Amino acid sequence: MPRNEPTERTDEWGEGRSPKRRKAVRYAVPVAVAGVAAATIGLVPAFAGSGSPDLPKISAQDLIAKIASSDVQQLSGTVRVTTDLGLPSLPGMGGAAGSFGGGRGGEQGGKSDDGASAAPQSKLMELASGAHTLRVAADGPDKQRVSIVDKAAEYSLVHNGKEVWAYDSGSNTAVHSTGAGRHGDRHHAPKGLPGDLKNATPQDLAKQALKAAGDTTSVTVDGTAKVAGRDAYQLLIKPKQAASTVGSIRVAVDAANGTPLKFTLTPKSGGPAAVDVGYTNVDFAKPDAGLFSFTPPKGAKVVDGDKERAKAEREHGKRGKDFGSRKGAEDFKKGLGGLNVVGKGWTSIATIKGTGSGLPSGKGQGPGGDAGKFLDSLGDKVSGSFGSGRVFSTRLVNALITDNGTVYVGAVDKQALIDAADAAK
Amino acid sequence: MSQAELSQAGAAPRSPRPLWSLGLLRSEITMTFRRWRTLALLAVLAGVPVLVGVAVRIETGRGRSGGGGGGEGGPAFISQVTNNGVFLVFTSLAVTLPFFLPMAIGVIAGDSIAGEAHGGTLRYLLVAPAGRTRLLLVKYATTLTFCLVGTLTVALSALATGALLFPLGEVTLLSGTSIPLAEGLLRALAIAGAVALSLVGVAAIGLFLSTLTTSGIAAMATTVGLLITVQILDTLPQLETIQPYLFPHYWLSFADLLRDPVYWDQLAKNFGLQAVYAAVFGTAAWARFTTRDITA
Repeated sequence: MPRNEPTERTDEWGEGRSPKRRKAVRYAVPVAVAGVAAATIGLVPAFAGSGSPDLPKISAQDLIAKIASSDVQQLSGTVRVTTDLGLPSLPGMGGAAGSFGGGRGGEQGGKSDDGASAAPQSKLMELASGAHTLRVAADGPDKQRVSIVDKAAEYSLVHNGKEVWAYDSGSNTAVHSTGAGRHGDRHHAPKGLPGDLKNATPQDLAKQALKAAGDTTSVTVDGTAKVAGRDAYQLLIKPKQAASTVGSIRVAVDAANGTPLKFTLTPKSGGPAAVDVGYTNVDFAKPDAGLFSFTPPKGAKVVDGDKERAKAEREHGKRGKDFGSRKGAEDFKKGLGGLNVVGKGWTSIATIKGTGSGLPSGKGQGPGGDAGKFLDSLGDKVSGSFGSGRVFSTRLVNALITDNGTVYVGAVDKQALIDAADAAK
Repeated sequence: MSQAELSQAGAAPRSPRPLWSLGLLRSEITMTFRRWRTLALLAVLAGVPVLVGVAVRIETGRGRSGGGGGGEGGPAFISQVTNNGVFLVFTSLAVTLPFFLPMAIGVIAGDSIAGEAHGGTLRYLLVAPAGRTRLLLVKYATTLTFCLVGTLTVALSALATGALLFPLGEVTLLSGTSIPLAEGLLRALAIAGAVALSLVGVAAIGLFLSTLTTSGIAAMATTVGLLITVQILDTLPQLETIQPYLFPHYWLSFADLLRDPVYWDQLAKNFGLQAVYAAVFGTAAWARFTTRDITA
């Protein structure tokens, strides 16, 4: 029996072994445990990720057809969204330059107007930077649920028929809208969001990407992959136009039912993916019906989203004159209605005619002045035959705002924006 | 290896029967919980929810409307406390988990072996036919018991305070679903269990450090210092790559039990991580303790 004297021969462990050696052997146990744990942690995800299943060959055409004909109505799962657009990290910042105002508005709304903090716009904007986990469930076109899983908080959007509920656990506020997603539905996300982010599931993103495909795009099948434990084909989409900032888009398509499972957008400049959205876990069984019914919890503040929206729009109209930054956002939104697009395919550039009061002229006004200084620190001054302006660069989207307020936005490099501005002159 | 040791020990003529080690465990537990130090720690832990509850109560009494608004800032769930006293349990656990609870664990675990060595009682403990491995296991089991008792102390004190100061009722989950109070209490119990399990790793680290030294204070201070260091490392954005392997990284995942349906990913990661820490530092403590010369 081991007693007080570990070096004694009577110890059960080491007849004939030196105590030193026994010590070494014993210390090897924790080292081995740590080693095994490290190896497991390091290797299991690698195996799970890199396994390329053996699937019959398929042409890109057939694969696209497979996605198009995919009729998956019911699914539930967990989606990991990682975005690295190279935006300065501001809460609630959208993507394109026009949403600088939107971001500010969101912040102000969060503080002053308690209803607005639960509004879907500001929450969806958060997805534009960093890593997030979403839980999604869908049962046909009428029932969807998306929850943004935060640390000790959750933001849920529940769409059931005509009812749309948004619930923010942080502020215990529910926003209710009717009329099939006019307000809260993810299919009608705010316009301030970059197009490829507003529908945050791999399916929607893949559809967007394929829509852009044409003679400006090369689409190939690039091997197979395992995504969320399912066998998938990899569709590789590459713009042919040199001015595009998009390097490649990779879509993993479920081999069995054609559902896009993972969407990865890599900018031409290299580095990590700018947008990486994929299921980490997916189940094509019918989700529990209870997921789609929402009754506002007792004690929660319920905001009528429709009314709130109407009010906000009125206020925007009124306040637009005072706030340079808000006005920018308003202009942007208005501009989107009569938006002018030059170029085609991947190098399309959206042009929004300025009203003569571009961002720099907001300098004299209170918040607009701050915004102006802020923009100064972000943008590069450029000039051309169009005059001069600033280019705001992110890893994916560049925007040129000329001094007379015209905005050129596109997923193209700087020179293409300047050329577009010159051509417009 | 400990298996072999145990079976060999079982074959020995004067072998300690399982009941014997239960007895050892019982006497260890009673001794630990009779200490003033332990009682004081538990009192501090019980005091935290009272403090939080009273503070929230006074604040709402002054007319600041609770519930809405203050989503950001402050510990998790605190905005919900005024609506439902059960949330005080969640808030209190969220408040005590980062420091108070692991600190208390560090004190108990750090003292477990080193304290005996310092007091000169370790020798006498080993004279009893228990074996070092067994003694270590009993010490670890005692520490784990304290994890559970400490967590339950916080939870029960919070529940009592919450019931006294605030209304109780249907519990609103993070997903916006309401569940009846009874089910809410069950979830609270599950959360207390998850929190107690989150502390398994710290307990093992404390035990290991305790076998290294003969000074109880040194072991406690090292454990607590290590805890604070790791907590700080866990907040530095530059260290993002190693953070998932730090033991406190998934501690707040207990909140995932309040989702509908429960989100298990992070919880599973937390428990797995704690198991790894317990295995590594547990075996390290065993290696050290069974080969060490005990002079005091």
